[in-house]
Amino acid sequence: MTYTRRETLVIGAGGIALLAVTPAMASVVEEAVAAFTGGAEIAEGGVEINAPEIAENGNVVPIEVSAPGAEEIMVMATGNPSPPVCNVSFGAGAASQRLSTRIRLARTQDVLAVARMADGSFVQATRNVKVTIGGCGG
Amino acid sequence: MADVKPRVKLPSSASAGEAFTIKTLISHPMESGLRKDGDGNTIPRQIINRFTCDFNGTNVIDMALDPAVSANPYIEFDAQIDAAGEFTFTWYDDDGSVYTTSNAIDLA
Repeated sequence: MTYTRRETLVIGAGGIALLAVTPAMASVVEEAVAAFTGGAEIAEGGVEINAPEIAENGNVVPIEVSAPGAEEIMVMATGNPSPPVCNVSFGAGAASQRLSTRIRLARTQDVLAVARMADGSFVQATRNVKVTIGGCGG
Repeated sequence: MADVKPRVKLPSSASAGEAFTIKTLISHPMESGLRKDGDGNTIPRQIINRFTCDFNGTNVIDMALDPAVSANPYIEFDAQIDAAGEFTFTWYDDDGSVYTTSNAIDLA
C-alpha cells in the first residue's frame, strides 16, 4: 500500500512522539533524585523496600521502606503518571527509620527508595511490583 | 472537609527507650487530580500533603505526601519515649485545613 505524503508525515511524527514519551518519565524520576541528592553519588543497598511481588489492586499497595541510620527517605513510583510518592524525615523521637504506608501504582513498575544517611551519603534500592489493576484512575 | 476523621493506635504506656509501633489512619479521598467525573471534567487535586508526629515538642516523623499515596492514608512508624507525655499528630490538607489529634502516653 502506498502512503500519501501527508500520511507519511503523520506516521513519522507519531513515531518520534512515541520515542519521546517513554524517556520523559524516566527523566522526571532522575531530576527528582538529583534534586534530593544534590547530584551526589548513590550507593546500592542500605535501604530496604518491602512490597508485594504482585499487587492485586493498584489503588492500595502496602509498602514498607526501612533504612537504619537514615535521616530522610524519598520514595518514587517510577511508572506512575506522577512518580513522587512521599518524602519522610525521621526525628529524634523515632525508634527506627521505618515507614509503612499504602500507595497507588498505575501499572507494573519499579518502586524506588533513596535514603539520605546521617553522614550525608545516599543509598537507594528498587523493587519491582507487578500490578494487575492500575490505581491512578486512568 | 466534613468527613475527615483521624484514627491513631499506640500503646497507653511504654518503657523508656523501648520501641513501639504507632499506626495512623485518616479518612480522606486523596484526589490525585488525574480522575475525571461522569461528565468528563477533571476532578481537582486535593490531598493530605504533609503528616507530622511530635512527642513533647520533639519531632518523631515528618512526611511529605504526594498523590501516589492511597486514599485514606495509612502511616505506620516506630517511636520511643523517655518520659510520659503526649504525642501530637497533624495532617495538612492541600486546601489549608489542618487536622490534628493527640494521645497521652505513660512511662511504664
